[in-house]
Amino acid sequence: MSMATTTVQPVERENYLNKHYGVGSWLFTTDHKRIALLYLISITFFFFIGGFFALLIRLELLTPAGDLVQADTYNKLFTMHGQVMIFFFLIPSIPAVLGNFLVPMMVGAKDLAFPRINLLSWYLYIIAGIMMLHCMLTGGVDTGWTFYTPFSTAFSNTKVIEAGLAIFVSGFSSILTGLNFVVTIHRMRAPGMTWSRLPLFIWAHYATSIIQILGTPVIAITLVLVVAERALHLGIFDPKLGGDPLLFQHLFWFYSHPAVYIMILPSMGVVTEIIACFSRKRIFGYTFVALSSIAIAVFGFLVWAHHMFVAGISVYAALVFSLLSYAVAVPSAVKVFNWTATLYKGSIHYDAPMLYAFGFLGLFTMGGLTGLFLSALGVDVHVHDTYFVIAHFHYIMVGGALMGYLGGMHFWWPKISGKLYPEGWARLAALIVFIGFNLTFFPQFILGYLGMPRRYYQYPPEFQVLNVLSTAGATVLAVGYLLPMIYFLWSMRYGKPAPDNPWNAAGLEWKTSSPPPTFNFDEEPVVTWEAYNYDELDAQTNKEEVPVAR
Amino acid sequence: MAGNVDALFIFLLIVSGMMTLLVFSAVVYFAARYRYRRGVPAEQIEGSIPLELTWSIIPLGVFMVIFAWGAVVYFKGRTPPRDSTEVYVVAKQWMWKLEHAEGQREINELHVPVNRDVKLIMTSQDVIHSFFVPDFRMKQDVVPGRYTVAWFRATKPGTYHLFCTQYCGTQHSSMIGSIIVMEPAQYEAWMSGGSPGPLSASGEKIFAELGCATCHRADAQGSGPSLQGIFGRPVLLADGRTVTADENYIRESILDPGSKVVSGFKPVMPTFQGLVSEEQLNALVAYVKSLSPGAEAATKTSAMAAPQSGPQARGNQVQ
Repeated sequence: MSMATTTVQPVERENYLNKHYGVGSWLFTTDHKRIALLYLISITFFFFIGGFFALLIRLELLTPAGDLVQADTYNKLFTMHGQVMIFFFLIPSIPAVLGNFLVPMMVGAKDLAFPRINLLSWYLYIIAGIMMLHCMLTGGVDTGWTFYTPFSTAFSNTKVIEAGLAIFVSGFSSILTGLNFVVTIHRMRAPGMTWSRLPLFIWAHYATSIIQILGTPVIAITLVLVVAERALHLGIFDPKLGGDPLLFQHLFWFYSHPAVYIMILPSMGVVTEIIACFSRKRIFGYTFVALSSIAIAVFGFLVWAHHMFVAGISVYAALVFSLLSYAVAVPSAVKVFNWTATLYKGSIHYDAPMLYAFGFLGLFTMGGLTGLFLSALGVDVHVHDTYFVIAHFHYIMVGGALMGYLGGMHFWWPKISGKLYPEGWARLAALIVFIGFNLTFFPQFILGYLGMPRRYYQYPPEFQVLNVLSTAGATVLAVGYLLPMIYFLWSMRYGKPAPDNPWNAAGLEWKTSSPPPTFNFDEEPVVTWEAYNYDELDAQTNKEEVPVAR
Repeated sequence: MAGNVDALFIFLLIVSGMMTLLVFSAVVYFAARYRYRRGVPAEQIEGSIPLELTWSIIPLGVFMVIFAWGAVVYFKGRTPPRDSTEVYVVAKQWMWKLEHAEGQREINELHVPVNRDVKLIMTSQDVIHSFFVPDFRMKQDVVPGRYTVAWFRATKPGTYHLFCTQYCGTQHSSMIGSIIVMEPAQYEAWMSGGSPGPLSASGEKIFAELGCATCHRADAQGSGPSLQGIFGRPVLLADGRTVTADENYIRESILDPGSKVVSGFKPVMPTFQGLVSEEQLNALVAYVKSLSPGAEAATKTSAMAAPQSGPQARGNQVQ
C-alpha cells in the first residue's frame, strides 16, 4: 500500500492551508480542518474573555471586603465567567477543534459526513457568540450560569433573555457537531477500520456525541421556558404563578450534569492517544476503556439530582441519585487504572504532550475522588454550594478537560500547522499550568470545608489567607495559559517544518502529510492493522530509521 | 451532627488519600522505571479481564460503603426529632426573619439554647435562599411557595456563622447572620424579654379576623373540615388519595384550597394567596398545629405529651 509519506516531498506540498487563499476561502470552506481552525480561533477568543473574568473574580477575592468592583458587577463576572467558559469554550473545545480536525482523518474519511452542516455549526456558534458578546457589552447577566428560578425569571434586572437565547443558539451548534460525528463514525470508516480498530479518541467522541444529541435539546427547551416565563409570565417555575422552582433544577441538571461529560470524555480520548504513543504501547484493556466511555455517557444521564440534595427533594430520591452517582464513578476509575497499567513495561518518553497527560492523570484523579465526597449525602449537605464544589469541578473541567485539550493541541499541532513548537517552552508551560492550577484550586477545597459559600463577593476575614493563595495561583496559571498561545503563534512563522509523523505515532492521521491535503489522503487508506500497533511501528523504525506505513 | 459528618469526611479523606497514593506512586514508579532506553522496546500487553474486574469491583464495594454511611448521616440530618423547639424562618432578599414559636422575633440572629433540638420551618418570600450553618454541618435550601424543614442541636455555647448559600442576587454575600447558642438559664432570661405572645396566639387572632372559624368550626358542623387534632394525621381526599396533614399541606390548603380537598367537602374555600403574608401564614400554621396538642411542640410540656402513632416521617415533612 503506498501512502503519502513514501513519496518524495516537494518544497511546499499543496495542503489544506495553502490550497486556497483569501477570507472567502475560509468563511465558505466546508473542509473540516479549516472549520476546526475557525473554531480554534473563536474558542481561544472566548477562553481569554472568560479567563479575564476569572482574574477579576480572583482579584476581588484578594481581600475580604468588597472593594474592587460593585456587588452587581461581581455577580455578573462569575455568571459570565461560567457561561463563557462552559458554553463557549469547554463544550466546543476538544470536539469542535480537535474532534473536527481528527475524526474524519482517524477513521480514514475525506471529510465529515455533512461538511456544510459542519460549517453551519460554526456559524451558529458565531451567532450565539455575538449574541453573548452583545449581552455582555450592554449590561450582562447576573443569574449565575445556572439560571436558577424564580431569580432568573422574576427578580433579576439583567439581560437574562438575551443570554438564554445565546446559549439556546449555541446548543444547536453542539447538537449538529454531535450528529455529524455519529454519522461519520458509523458510515465513513475506511475499509478495514472496524469498531475494534478505532482509536479510543473516536470512541470518546462517539460517547460525547450521544450526550450532545440527547442532552442539549433539554437545556434548549428549558431556556425557552425561562424566556417564556420571564417575557410572557407563563407560570412554569415561579411559585407565585403556580410554577415549581425545583422543576427548573431537574430540567437544568438533566443536561448540565451530562454536559460535564461532554467536556471530560473527549479529553479522556486525547489522553488515551497520548499515553499510548509516549509509552509506545497498545492501551491496556482497549475494550474496557472504549466501553467505559459509553457507560459514562449512559450513567451520566441518571445522576442529575445529585446537584439537588439540599434543594428540597425527598430523602428517597436523594438516596437513589447518590447510589447512581457512585455507579458513574466506576467507569471513570476503570479508565484511570487502565491508563496507569498502560505505562507498565512501556518505553516512556517525556515530551510535552505526555507531561500534560501526566498532569491530567493527577488532576482528574483528585477531581474524581472529591466527587466521591460530594456524592456522599451526609457530606454533601455540608459542602454543597461552598468552595469545595468550585474546587471539585475545576479539577475536572479545568484540571481534566483543559489539560487534555492543551495536551492534544501540543500532540497534534505539528499535524495541524505543519510546524514544530519549541519543546523546552512547552514542557515549561505544562509545569507552570500544573503548579498554578493546584495553587489556585487546592486551597478552595479547604475553604469549602471551612464553610465559605460560593458566589460571595465579600467574606469573613478568617478565609483570607486561603483566598490569597488561590489568587496567587491564578496569576501563575494565567502565565501558563498565555505561554502556549505565544509559542504556537510563534511557531507558525518561525517553527521548523514538521515531519509527517514526528512522534512516530499510530493512527491514520499520521499517515498523511503535515499539514494534510484538503481531502486528507491521496488514496483511500485500507486498514489492516490493530489500533496502537506501536510494536510494529517501532520495529520498522529500528530497521529503516524512517516511519513508513506498511 | 458535626461529629457524624466529620467522621465520614475523615473516612473519605483516608480512602481517597490511599487511592491517590496508589495511582500516583504507580504512575511515578512506572514512568521512572520504564522510561525510554535505546534498544529496550515496550512490552505489548493486551489487558487482563481478572484485573479489570478487580479494579471495578473493589472500588464499587468501597463506594457502596461510602454511600450507605452517607445515607445514614443524611437521613438523620433530615429527620427532626419529635420534641424539637420550633422556629419559623422567612427568608427574603436579603435578610433572615426568624420567629420563635413562643413569639420572639429576630432578624439575622437566632438565639437558641444549648443541647436542645431546634427544628426550622422555612420558606422564602421571593427567590431560593439556603440556610447554612457551617459549624453545625447543616444546610437546607429555602424555597418560595413551600416549607422546607431542617434541624440542629448545638452542643457548645457561642456565636456561629449563618450564611445564605443559594445565590439570591445583589446582596447575596451580605445575607449572613449569627446563631447565638446560650446556656439554658441565659436563654430563659433572653426569652422572657418582650414577647408579643406565642405565635399560635397571633395565629388564632388572624384565624378569627379572616373569618376562617365560620366554616372550620371546632364542632365539625361547618362547611369546612374541623381542624381539631388533624395535624400530623393522614387525611383522606375527595379524589381518593391520602396525604399527611403537615406544615406544607396546611400551607397549600390556605393558598390553593382547591388542590387537595378533604373527602366529603365541597371545594368552596376561596384562596388566600396574596392576602396573607409569610409571617401570617406561619402564625396560622402554628395555630392549626396548636389544635393538635400531641404534635404541638411550642409548649414546653410537649415532651411529656402522649407518644403519637403518627405516620412515618417522609421527605422533609415530618409529622
